[in-house]
Amino acid sequence: MSAAAASENGPAGPLRLRLYVAGTSLRSTRTIDSVRRLCEQRLGGLGDLEVVDIYQQSQLAGGDGVVAAPTLVRLSPLPARRLAGDLSDERRILEGLGLQDFVREHR
Amino acid sequence: MASELESPRRPSSEAAPATLPKVPTGIAGFDAITFGGLPRGRPSLVCGSAGCGKTLFATTFLVNGATLFDEPGVFMSFEERAEDLVANVASLGYDLDGLLAQGKLAIDHVRVERSEIEETGEYDLEGLFIRLGFAVDSIGAKRIVLDTIETLFTGFKDESVLRAELRRLFGWIKDRGLTAIITGERGDGQLTRQGLEEYVSDCVVLLDNRVEDQITTRRLRVVKYRGSAHGTNEYPFLIDADGISVLPVTSTDLDYAIPEGVVPTGIAGLDAMLDPGGFHRGSSILVSGEAGTGKTMITASVIDAACLRGERCMAFVFEESGDQICRNARSIGLDLARHVASGLLRFEAARPSLYGLEMHLARMHRDIDRFAPSLVVIDPLSALRGPAVELQATMLRMVDMLKSRGITALFTSLREDGELDASSSIGVSSLMDAWIRLLNVEANGERTRTLYVIKARGMRHSNQVREFVMSGDGIALIDAYIGPAGVLTGTARVVQEAEEAAAALRREQENRRRRREAVRRRHALERQIEELRATLEATEEEEAVLLNEDELRETMRAGERDTLVARRGGVK
Repeated sequence: MSAAAASENGPAGPLRLRLYVAGTSLRSTRTIDSVRRLCEQRLGGLGDLEVVDIYQQSQLAGGDGVVAAPTLVRLSPLPARRLAGDLSDERRILEGLGLQDFVREHR
Repeated sequence: MASELESPRRPSSEAAPATLPKVPTGIAGFDAITFGGLPRGRPSLVCGSAGCGKTLFATTFLVNGATLFDEPGVFMSFEERAEDLVANVASLGYDLDGLLAQGKLAIDHVRVERSEIEETGEYDLEGLFIRLGFAVDSIGAKRIVLDTIETLFTGFKDESVLRAELRRLFGWIKDRGLTAIITGERGDGQLTRQGLEEYVSDCVVLLDNRVEDQITTRRLRVVKYRGSAHGTNEYPFLIDADGISVLPVTSTDLDYAIPEGVVPTGIAGLDAMLDPGGFHRGSSILVSGEAGTGKTMITASVIDAACLRGERCMAFVFEESGDQICRNARSIGLDLARHVASGLLRFEAARPSLYGLEMHLARMHRDIDRFAPSLVVIDPLSALRGPAVELQATMLRMVDMLKSRGITALFTSLREDGELDASSSIGVSSLMDAWIRLLNVEANGERTRTLYVIKARGMRHSNQVREFVMSGDGIALIDAYIGPAGVLTGTARVVQEAEEAAAALRREQENRRRRREAVRRRHALERQIEELRATLEATEEEEAVLLNEDELRETMRAGERDTLVARRGGVK
């Protein structure tokens, strides 16, 4: 159902996000919280969010071109997008991920 | 790696620069001017404008590390993709793919694209650290290259975060004991655009690519090297199919050892003009003369003689190709081609305008070091053009470089017309140990080649002008005619000699005639003496007869008187 909705409304394909954080610092947990909240509240649980600790899975960072931490990567739909920072500003996250329309549709 | 970590601890003071551990780059010459290479376990900055060879320098550092010193390396590229990098250096014979496969090299391309990165709130560059750490750990790297880390400034807006992170990164590199090259683009008024030199302050190398008179010269300078002595000059460096070579060509000392021995020239007449039978080994010889005086053929003779003795020769020729010289030398009966084939002789032909002076010198330096010849020919020296001051300095260093290696050097020069001009080869000639001047004498509608030795340090030498003749049998020197009619050469000499011969013949005949005359006169006199003697004898005989008669007469007269006295009866 989500796939059908997405194909009708702008971005194609399912929404897949990956959040890279560095360890369990305060900034990391804060970021994870805010992204989780965003996914649940604004995206209605449609997004597929994966949290990666770069200390644990170093090899993934190179593949996704991660430089800064924390970084939120929109893996799909393509093209990939990257957001660096602790993602405290919801509006900017959505803009950055190009999901304003997505949210509007699913409100 | 623990042992590597001992080194980053800063030496207590400047007191012991020699103890600063260094990592050889394997770049010819660079290790010499830095007395060992880059500081071990520290980041070094290599900066310069676009296209000056930063990436290549860094790549060479890694490749040499992996292949020569068993130190794997990580190349973190912020600009080129891994494939591009591999392709770009393949032309230098670097097989990055092979090294990647062997686990001696890791390449990580960090894409930093302004449009792809949004910044929302606080962040750091832990991702970069992790990736670098991951790559380093995966192959046990000891060397890393960050090329060009300043690209981060185009991707991230928050400079204060970046600067703090860079400082942390360089600290991290030191903590890990990694020897790193950070490249940076030349900025306005400072070495790099973002002032990286503030962070990487142990060793800063500046590369430069200057164009003067449409000729490019690459230069390298060690701006700073904390805790170590280093060459402070700008050194030219070369990038060609053999990779990078830096050339420390500014030697100022004159304390080189002089090899013993004599180098015959292969021209019997010339050897005879020089007291020991040739030039001193390791000396610098200038052969000057106008076009067409036979300079190149004299050098060909010397080369041939050296090769026949089994010595290695290298000829830097600026006006002809090696093949052409071989062909031309064949006309005077010298087979240089076989020496080329046997590997004893190498021609390095290049147009003078191909490089600047520095680069020519640099190239010679490298080629000479590789080929290790005992005789070097530079034909002609005067082809190298440039500002007088620079030219003089370059030639001084060239002569110095050859002398310090004990190499006999033969230079030819066109720029010799006897004028004492500041830019003429007079300035060079004082550096030369021997100077042979070739002169075309024009007279009687012909041109004759002559040769004389202007100077030859440390040996007695002929002060005579010799005529030299090139034929299928090689070069021969002929004594010029020197006589009351002056110095004559060529046909005039032949004519004069013929005249002299005729005159001599005439004198000879005259002499013989006179001798005959003398003999005849002597005979005549002797005959006269005989006649006189006969006359004398006849006279003596007559006198004797007369004397006898007289005596007889006296006796008779006395007898008669006695008779008379007796007859008169008187007493006497």
